[in-house]
Parts: sequence; structure tokens; C-alpha cells
Amino acid sequence: MTSETSAQPARAPSPLEWIRRFLAAPAVGPFLALLLTMAFFSLKSDRFLQGPNLSLVLQQVMVVGVLAIGQTLVILTAGIDLSVGTVMAFGQIVMTKFAIDQGFSPLTAIALGILACVAFGVLNGALVTGVRLPAFIVTLGTLNIAFALTHIVSKDLTYPPGTSGASTLPSQLLFFGRTFTVGHTEITYGVVLMFVLFGLAWFSLTQTAWGRHVYATGDNPEAARLTGIKTWRVLLSVYTVAGLMYGIAAWLLVSRTELGDPNAGQTTENLDSITAVVLGGTSLFGGRGTVIGTLIGAIIVGIFRNGLTLIGVEVIYQYLVTGVLVILAVAVDQLTHRRRL
Amino acid sequence: MRDPQRQLRRPTRRTLGLAVALLAVVVATSAIVAAASATTASKSANIKVGLITKDATNPFFVKMHAGATKAAKRLGATLMYAAGKSSSDNAGEIAAIENMTTAGVKGILITVADGKAENAAIAKARKKGVVVIALDSPTVPQSATNALFATNNFNAGVLIGKYARAATKGKKVTIGMLDEHAGSSVGALRHNGFLKGFGIKGSNSQIACVGNGEGQTATSQTAMENCLQKNPNINVVYTINEPSAAGAWTALKNAGKTQSATTIVSVDGGCAGVRNVRAGVIDATSQQYPLLMASRGVAAVVKYAKTGIKPRGYTDTGVNLIAKKALVGVRSKTVKYGLANCWG
Repeated sequence: MTSETSAQPARAPSPLEWIRRFLAAPAVGPFLALLLTMAFFSLKSDRFLQGPNLSLVLQQVMVVGVLAIGQTLVILTAGIDLSVGTVMAFGQIVMTKFAIDQGFSPLTAIALGILACVAFGVLNGALVTGVRLPAFIVTLGTLNIAFALTHIVSKDLTYPPGTSGASTLPSQLLFFGRTFTVGHTEITYGVVLMFVLFGLAWFSLTQTAWGRHVYATGDNPEAARLTGIKTWRVLLSVYTVAGLMYGIAAWLLVSRTELGDPNAGQTTENLDSITAVVLGGTSLFGGRGTVIGTLIGAIIVGIFRNGLTLIGVEVIYQYLVTGVLVILAVAVDQLTHRRRL
Repeated sequence: MRDPQRQLRRPTRRTLGLAVALLAVVVATSAIVAAASATTASKSANIKVGLITKDATNPFFVKMHAGATKAAKRLGATLMYAAGKSSSDNAGEIAAIENMTTAGVKGILITVADGKAENAAIAKARKKGVVVIALDSPTVPQSATNALFATNNFNAGVLIGKYARAATKGKKVTIGMLDEHAGSSVGALRHNGFLKGFGIKGSNSQIACVGNGEGQTATSQTAMENCLQKNPNINVVYTINEPSAAGAWTALKNAGKTQSATTIVSVDGGCAGVRNVRAGVIDATSQQYPLLMASRGVAAVVKYAKTGIKPRGYTDTGVNLIAKKALVGVRSKTVKYGLANCWG
């Protein structure tokens, strides 16, 4: 989007300049990091590159991945969403409780759970655009509200309640945890859904007017408004779509863990989704980034957790590596996009 | 006037400098990880045993990790260790189960963060021939794992309940209870054991307040402060563990309570906790033995790997009441015994 190179004097670019431009292309940096990581682990462990293991990594990534789609949209508008994890937890409790306690049909219960998350998205969006509160504050508030509602509605029970071990959740709620086999590898339907959602998000962001408006609003809201874009409408739609993503993630989580867990979404999901977005090269200042980068960012985190376990390194080092990667990603981003005078 | 060439070159040089710095960071990190992999997976024997704890910082789990490491070394097995980010990080534990299964462990020892949340992942691991032993915290139902190696947490609660009853004989009691968090199977067992030992039901009007302290000092202090706001007469306090008891005592002390006027009981038997018993902060604590759970767990997995015999059922790793002041009708061990056998 930026045409910073045009301001430079006509001169053959140095090799370093070529590297800089190459790295500045969207998602190239994250993709290289992913390849390097995979190469490293495949050298250290012969199990790593096997189909079932890679399928497992994707399965572990699918929930945070779908959350991160919503997070990417919000961050592209120079916002941030801290409520992702607890909103998802709330949706998940609504789904399981309504399906079991209230006797709703499973699909209705799922729809209600997703709707609850969309409602939170609309609330976030309305407060950001209508009352003009900073996204950080709004979502810090809704984080706590969703957390409280999760515990109030669930009465701190894990669904299905009772002590029988066998899951009594209806099969529709567990659909995305089921698998189909390709070769010797079992692939989870939820992973397919994640890729489809990333595809849709990519299409909407790059091939539609709405997508261009999202970038424009994030890059410079005032300029966007002056060109006739209804920025409040763009923002509201972004938060609403993000809520929809959290609802779908809730369904994926229920499918994966086979229960509704009031303690879900508290510890890792918020920051993991932001980490995925940042590793994927999306700028926290808005207006620049790709959803494909986010997918790669989410996978990188999953690969480290899995790979380090396979080579016998304690999981705590995963956090060390993730921390370094996040700083690296932002540093590279700054280096490659620093405007020159 | 400045040379335009130089002006152009400077950012490039700075870019280069930063790139070198970044490279250095990457190299340093890889070195740390490589060193870690060298120590953790040193000359691996063929038998791999996994250990997953709720978190990596609680001294109880630190001791468990140490016990498992030592046992694995003695038996010629390799230990893989992972932990959740907090005591309710179910997603982290599930991922650890899956990854260890893929890594080819023979068995997994786990302290589950939730009675049920890990069951689906455990079932999948067992289907792939991995033996799963719950340490310390049982799953619901218990049969979700092959075996349970744990303190009898209900008994641990009963012991301190009896002690609190004997210590407050003939006095008017107002009880405050600090649990861990909702869904904690251990929490429920200790809580109910305490009530049984004290001889009351959960609905008893002597219970003025039940709070969640997450088993942590600061959270427990806040919970107890709020309980005291609700009822300032609280003079008997049950706590899920000793860090929680320490937090509760700070709140009681700040509210003007004295050690002699309050009875605080707890569970764990960590060294800091037993020292608090010696100091009179905690009146009695049920001591458990995490090192034993872990070392027996590792031994069971190694046995399974060698003979194919799977561990089954429940193994009680023992519990003793540690009290500074022995009371009539309640069997307890001395502080000296407690310190000799404490952990952390």
C-alpha cells in the first residue's frame, strides 16, 4: 500500500535493498520463519514431518487460529480485542448449557452460542464507534463481563455435568472434532473449517470494497472519512464479524474438548491470538497486514509447542522462543517499513 | 552541506547493524534451547515417561518434577515434562498430552487441572497404548485414567477438620473456608473432608463464608479480607493449601485477630507451610508426599514398558497430620517430623 520507494533517487538498489524489499512483501517474513522452524524440527525429530503429527499441530491451532482472524480484523483498524478468550468461553457455555439443560435442539443451541458472541462483537463495536472509547478499554471491560457471565450462567459447572465419564453432548456440537482420513492421516473437520474461514477473510479483505475500506480506516481514519467511507460502519462491521469468529471458535473448542468448560479462554487465548497476528506481520498501528500472515503466525506457535515436546525440551522454552519471535517480528517489520528521508 | 551519498548510506548501515543484533538474539536463543534439549534428553534410554503438572511454579509440582526426574534417571528412562500456564489451563494440558503421545511416551503422569476437561484427550492417548496415571488430582470419573497415585484428599480434610473441632471444643465457632477454584476435584474432596471431620454439613450456619483463593497467597488474602467484611467473627479457617493459609493469616492479622484466638488449618506439608505451623500461624496441616507420587508413577510406567503390566486402581501415597500442639483424641506428628519430610 505504501509507495515509499518512489521517493528515492533513481539508483540501482543494493543487494541489501533487494532483501529489504523482499522481506517487506506481505507474509514473506513469517513464511520464511515457518520454513526455518519446520526445517529445524524435522532435522531433530523424525516424527515431526509425519502427516499425523502435522495434522495434530493444525488441530491444536484451529481454535486460536479462528480467534486470530477476528483479532486481525480488529488490529487492522488500529484497535485491539482483549475479550476474545472470555467471549469465546461464554459462547461455549451458552451452546452446551442450552443443548443439555434447556432442551433446545443442538443446532439452535449452537446458533444461540454464536449469537451471544456476535452480540459481544456488536457491543464492542458500538462502544468503540458510538461512544468513541479506546478499543483497549472497551474490550478490557467486555473481557470481565464475559468472564463473569460465563461463571454465572454455568454456575461453575463443567458441561455436561454429572460424574459419568461418557460425553453426553449432542453429536452436532462435536462435529468439528471428527475426522476423515487422507492416506494414513486423520484430518479434523475443524481444521478444514479454519482454512475455509481464512480463505473467506483473505478474499473479503483483498478482493472487496469492504476490505479496502477496512485497510483505509485503519491506516488513516480521517482521510478515509473524507473520501466518503463511513468509517463508523466499517468499524462496527469489523467488530461484529470478529464476534462471529469467536462464536465459531467456541464451537470448535467444544468439538475439541468435548465439553463446555467455564475455565476456558482465560489464560492463553487472548495473548495467543495477538501473538499470531503480530508474528504474521500485521502492524499494531493498523492499516497494514494480511490474514494469511496470521494463519502462519498461529501455526508457528503451534509448531514450537509440538516440536519442542518432540525433541524433549520442556514447554517453558516455548514461551521463551515465542517472546523472542514476537520482538523479532515487530523489529523486522519496523526495519523493513521505516520510511527514509 | 552534507554529502547526499553518506546521508543515503546511513540508514542502510543502521539496518545492517540492527540485522546483526537480531541475528545475535536468534543465535543466543537457539543456543539456550539446544542446551536445554541436551540436558533434558540426555542419552535417552528407550522408555519415555511424560509428566504434566497444573503449573510449573507451585513448589508442590516443582518437587513432583524433581522426584520424577530422579526416579527416571535411576530406572534408566527419559522424562518429558510440561505444565499449564496456570492451575486452570486445560488447553495447555490437552496439547501436552497430545504432543507427548506423538513423541512416543509409554506413559503419562498428570495432575489434571479440571476433573473432566482433559478426559477426552486422555482417552485418545490411552487408545494409542499410552498408560495414563493421575497424580494428586483424580479425574471424574476416576476410571478415565489407568490409575491414581494420590494423597487421600478426603482423609486429609477429615484430619484437619477433626483437629479444628478438638481445638475449638466448647467455643462458639464461625468458619471461613478458602477453596481453590470451581471444578477443582482436589478442592472439593478436601473441603468435604474438613466438613466431615468437623462434624457439620455444608449448609451449616456456622460457615460464614466460602471464598476462592486459587491456592495463592495474594488471592487468598483478598478473599479472606472480604469474608471478614461479611462476618468479622470468623475464628476457624479452612484453607486449600499453605500459601492460601498464609494469605488468610495476613488478612486476619490486619483485622486485629491473634494467633491464639483463631484456628487455621491447611493441607500440603510444604516446608514453608510446616515452618508456619512451627510459628503458630497454621495450627495443623495434613502433610502429603508429592515426591513419592511421582517416583512411584515413573516406576509404574517403566514396569509397564518392560512387562506389559498396567497399573490399576488407587494407590494411597499417605498423609500425616502435622501439629505443634498435640490434642487429645487426634493423632498427629510433630513439627520436627514434618520438617524432616517436607517438600519445596
